[in-house]
Amino acid sequence: MNAHDSSQTDVRLDDSPELRPEREATVGSAGRRRRPQRGERLMVPDAEFRSYYGRPVLQETPWQAPDIAGYLFLGGLAGASSVLAATAELSGRPRLARACKTGALCALGGSLYALIHDLGRPQRFLYMLRTFKVTSPMSVGTWILTAYGPQAGLAAATAVTGLFPRLGRAATMGAGLTGGAVATYTAALVANTAVPAWHDGHRELPYLFAGSAAASAGGLGMLAAPLAEAGPARRLALAGAVAEYAAAKRMERRMGPVAEPLKRGPGGLLLRLGTGLSLSGAAAGILLGRRDRRAAVAAGAALLAGAICTRFGIFHAGLDSSRDPAYTVEPQRARLSHPSQAPS
Amino acid sequence: MTLLEPDDPATSSGYADHPERMGFFTDTSVCIGCKACEVACKEWNHVPEDLLGFTGMSFDNTAGLGANTWRHVAFVEQPRRLGRQESGLVAADLPAGTVEAARDRTPASLGLPSHDGATGSASDMEFRWLMASDVCKHCTHAACLDVCPTGSLFRTEFGTVVVQEDICNGCGYCVPACPYGVIAKREDDGRVWKCTLCYDRLTVGQEPACAKSCPTDSIQFGELGELRERAARRVEQLHEAGVESARLYGHDPGDGVGGTGAFFLLLDEPEVYGLPPDPVVTTRDLPAMWRHVAVAATALLTVAAAVTWGSRT
Repeated sequence: MNAHDSSQTDVRLDDSPELRPEREATVGSAGRRRRPQRGERLMVPDAEFRSYYGRPVLQETPWQAPDIAGYLFLGGLAGASSVLAATAELSGRPRLARACKTGALCALGGSLYALIHDLGRPQRFLYMLRTFKVTSPMSVGTWILTAYGPQAGLAAATAVTGLFPRLGRAATMGAGLTGGAVATYTAALVANTAVPAWHDGHRELPYLFAGSAAASAGGLGMLAAPLAEAGPARRLALAGAVAEYAAAKRMERRMGPVAEPLKRGPGGLLLRLGTGLSLSGAAAGILLGRRDRRAAVAAGAALLAGAICTRFGIFHAGLDSSRDPAYTVEPQRARLSHPSQAPS
Repeated sequence: MTLLEPDDPATSSGYADHPERMGFFTDTSVCIGCKACEVACKEWNHVPEDLLGFTGMSFDNTAGLGANTWRHVAFVEQPRRLGRQESGLVAADLPAGTVEAARDRTPASLGLPSHDGATGSASDMEFRWLMASDVCKHCTHAACLDVCPTGSLFRTEFGTVVVQEDICNGCGYCVPACPYGVIAKREDDGRVWKCTLCYDRLTVGQEPACAKSCPTDSIQFGELGELRERAARRVEQLHEAGVESARLYGHDPGDGVGGTGAFFLLLDEPEVYGLPPDPVVTTRDLPAMWRHVAVAATALLTVAAAVTWGSRT
């Protein structure tokens, strides 16, 4: 660098031997990153976050919302309904038990349809039974459903037909015990991915899913059973809705910036709607559903709708978080800069 | 942790007697962006056509790894130069007469637009291209392999991770499990596909097609231990040459995926190339997930019993 170079000018003289030609001066402008479309502004200061043309780091999850989000709801409904059916049977509430068993079997049928329909090669669905892998919640879930399904089916069939009551009771107990696993393992299923909003919620999602499943089973009981027998359904719905709300709040707080897709966008909207419907349905069930049949039906419907919204909300929030590289890169960057603050 | 394997994935997968773990060392500092690796991979593995169009992303019209792209060359344009890099923007030898004539003239601004909105200067012209050929990492702790419910994904005797297409039923679980966004579902086919590290070629002692075709040896194939030593020497050499930004990515067996079978020498942060800066195999947290699931399931049974009998008293 000599003195001549340091006096920079706006215009180059083509014939000045001291200056370099400017032919490449604007090329770099094409390579600047494109802004990510969602969430970027609140995640990080602009200068720090970098990505490859704003493209997501993760692949798009190839699961269809009606199938897999639908299964999250139906599986939860089936499992928790079987739990409620078992306690109803043991406590001498045959009509609540029968309603829950029938509902569980219908939800199970929908679940199996959705799960097989979502496969890229549906005719190969039995390949799931080639192996058992504890590292794969999908494999564990397949075996849970294999243990649960026949018992739930037997419980419903014997309750409806009145045949083989003792066999029916054993199946009801078996379905009730495995039903708890059916309703909650799906939390591990979605959390055991690299999708930021799902994985980072792995501590709270099982409780959120259990709560949502309990609320929907309570809703089903209120809808289908007579008022006199639906007491446990009303109380289960209230406990479930409160647990779901508490787990969701705790999850949002702990996840920090990655919780944004849970609060805004389609996922956030569905989750707010789901919480509102569940809490108001549960409250209406307890306060009005005791005496008024129509109020009980409305509260039950609100609870079922709330559970659907919650599951679809979690599903869409996860997909949104995987589409924005900021949610993948930023927490990892923060972990590298502050290793001491990394979660265990 | 029982779920995770040690650094020798072939042994922990049950191969009593197996060859050395094989892998790729992709040295992006000598990548010239020719995409021979992309073409060779497609040709050898009969990978179907992908996007045919313009992305507007520099010279990268492949966009990223996917079911139909198992090697992907990234192009990053940056307004900075490499250490001791000669940009090639040198003044030509001019006739003495021209030099004389220009000497007395005073430059004046004509208000023309220039790079970055700032006034033009020689430093603005410092510019570099980062090119990097991305591929499946063949992780030591591979999330895709862990979550596969059918056993379609398996560990080979070379320590690599391969999909058995006659087993895959297209459940798609491996796709969101991969922290690098490598494996993907082929839409018209329903199954998932990714780099096999040319398993067929390895079994007959051939190197993978991409490494074979790389004209600058940016893609180096070999025994992983030897590649790691070679990479360490290369980083040292680059640092001595003034390329301070050179760093390895995926070479460390202590990282979140236990080190990768395909690792890289990069000249900027990984996220600039579209790579996650600190990937972690999702199954590392799975024991905690199962514990919480067990507690939640028990709580569901307990609460259901409590609301049924608790109010009778």
